[in-house]
Amino acid sequence: MLKIAASRLNELFDAIAEKQTLYIPVDREPNTAEYKKYESGMTMSSALNTVRSAKDFFFPQTENLAEFKVEGKSIEVKDIRQENEDFVVFGVRACDARSFSILDKVFLSEPVDSFYKNRRDHGTIVTMACTKPAETCFCTVFGIDPTVPEGDVSVFSDGENYFFLDRTEKGTEFVKSVENFLEEGDAAKLAQVQEQARSVIKKLPLAGLSTDSFGGDKLNEHFNSEKWAELSEACIGCGTCTFVCPTCQCYDIRDFDTGHGIKRFRCWDSCMYSDFTKMAHGNPRTSQLERFRQRFMHKLVYFPANNDGEFGCVGCGRCLAKCPISMNIVKVMKALEVK
Amino acid sequence: MNNDTLIPLIGVVTDIRQDTPDVKTFRVNALEGGKVFEHMPGQCAMLSIPGVGEGMFSITSSPTNKEFMEFSIKKCGCLTSWLHAMDVGQQITIRGPYGNYFPVETELKGKDLLFVAGGIGLAPLRSVINYVRDNRANYGDVQIVYGSRSKDDLVDYKEIIDEWSADPNIQVNLTIDNPQEGWDGHVGFVPNYVKELNPSTNKTVLVCGPPIMIKFTLAGLKELGFTETQVYTTMELRMKCGVGKCGRCNIGHKYVCKDGPVFRFDQLDELPDEY
Repeated sequence: MLKIAASRLNELFDAIAEKQTLYIPVDREPNTAEYKKYESGMTMSSALNTVRSAKDFFFPQTENLAEFKVEGKSIEVKDIRQENEDFVVFGVRACDARSFSILDKVFLSEPVDSFYKNRRDHGTIVTMACTKPAETCFCTVFGIDPTVPEGDVSVFSDGENYFFLDRTEKGTEFVKSVENFLEEGDAAKLAQVQEQARSVIKKLPLAGLSTDSFGGDKLNEHFNSEKWAELSEACIGCGTCTFVCPTCQCYDIRDFDTGHGIKRFRCWDSCMYSDFTKMAHGNPRTSQLERFRQRFMHKLVYFPANNDGEFGCVGCGRCLAKCPISMNIVKVMKALEVK
Repeated sequence: MNNDTLIPLIGVVTDIRQDTPDVKTFRVNALEGGKVFEHMPGQCAMLSIPGVGEGMFSITSSPTNKEFMEFSIKKCGCLTSWLHAMDVGQQITIRGPYGNYFPVETELKGKDLLFVAGGIGLAPLRSVINYVRDNRANYGDVQIVYGSRSKDDLVDYKEIIDEWSADPNIQVNLTIDNPQEGWDGHVGFVPNYVKELNPSTNKTVLVCGPPIMIKFTLAGLKELGFTETQVYTTMELRMKCGVGKCGRCNIGHKYVCKDGPVFRFDQLDELPDEY
């Protein structure tokens, strides 16, 4: 297997960044990592994951869809789309890597979202296998193996070296482009590291969470459950869960008058917000209970109903860490579980 | 790069008709004349005034109209107030068509049809009615029951009287909620009127109107012996994208913009009661 010594990783980064834009997770402060455009000398974060998910690379929080020039009664539509530049995201974890295939099901289904596809076509995902998962991790519940992440290239660390496994055509091209920095290495110790990680993962507190009670055919079991009232009681509708969620993809479209033209933006939205479904003549979800229910029903029932049983959650644990009232999908699944 | 449905086209308003005190019907053409795009009866389009907002509206004209599209729009919010303030010649943005349509070429073909509309709910059904009139041989009896708050609130009154009522092959039954000077027709709510008219249960029903009207009409039809598989309606929820991605117009796992807006009541029955 091709590898690079951990001490030489920045040489590799420098080489990648010379050819295309490279993003790596860096520490903003201890244990608070975020993706940043790589500049020489930056150190890759050792944190397990970034606070915000990696969905921003393909589905940014805000993006300009079109521009309009309005003059008198005339309108001119400006298609401002441009072919994206190639870029590499290095260090994506297995949970976020899976979220891309979930987002693909939404944005690449007909009619294809060209804004998303443009970024997807030009992005190379280099994932990093997990060796020390956190207590909030539960990706295995959704069939994800964090020791062998998806992506164009998977990178594995044995503590001293990083090993590279190309998994797609784009990945092979990427590895070839940096092969001068890589050398053949003995991956014997890697298996040991993986085995150790797997034994930790099996013992994670949420590893036993069951999805058996959920799926596309479970509408009637859950929609009218009395448990939603208690579960949603303390929800303040802040939308933090949706913003840190790698699979939440609801969006709003709004126009902004710049004074010399109108820009139409797409930005993240949240089904937890009271105005999400509000119309001039009323609102089908008037209470926080209904909005809270919508979010979890979407991930656990509606999304699987439309996508061959695949759940809209990757078990990254961000909502567990960030919800101000400590409510999260794990608590919901446990409460609604049919035993 | 391929066209993206989120990047709209331009339409120009070529005629504005004041239908009722709060409903105007806008005729829209492509800049070079003709229609901006083709559609089927029941489908919708996203109309926008850049800088104000964008909203989904049913296309009220029939696809058999080859010259223009029409939208009957009730003034009830921010965008619709701006639309109502437009003059002829104003350009708007338009994208679509979105959603499914009434199955005029399949399930409805050869059937006796009963249209039940209330207020602005006539807008989506008018497209079907005129499609059926233009392909009259393909359908059986046609009956239209339409009601509004008052005579002045009947949308497309001129077309109803001059064309539909004058058509010997169509039965038109109008009603208004309360008695009014100059009105010698039926007075009473639509659901009750439908029950009084006691239509034959071999008809296929297309209903659209305020939610409360739809609810009681369906209950009345069931009392008369109709089943849910015979009754179609068209839904409306808040939309942004129109193609099932922005995530807000869902009823359960169905998106009104993409899987609807036309649903049969037995299909709605399988969805959560959240609309």
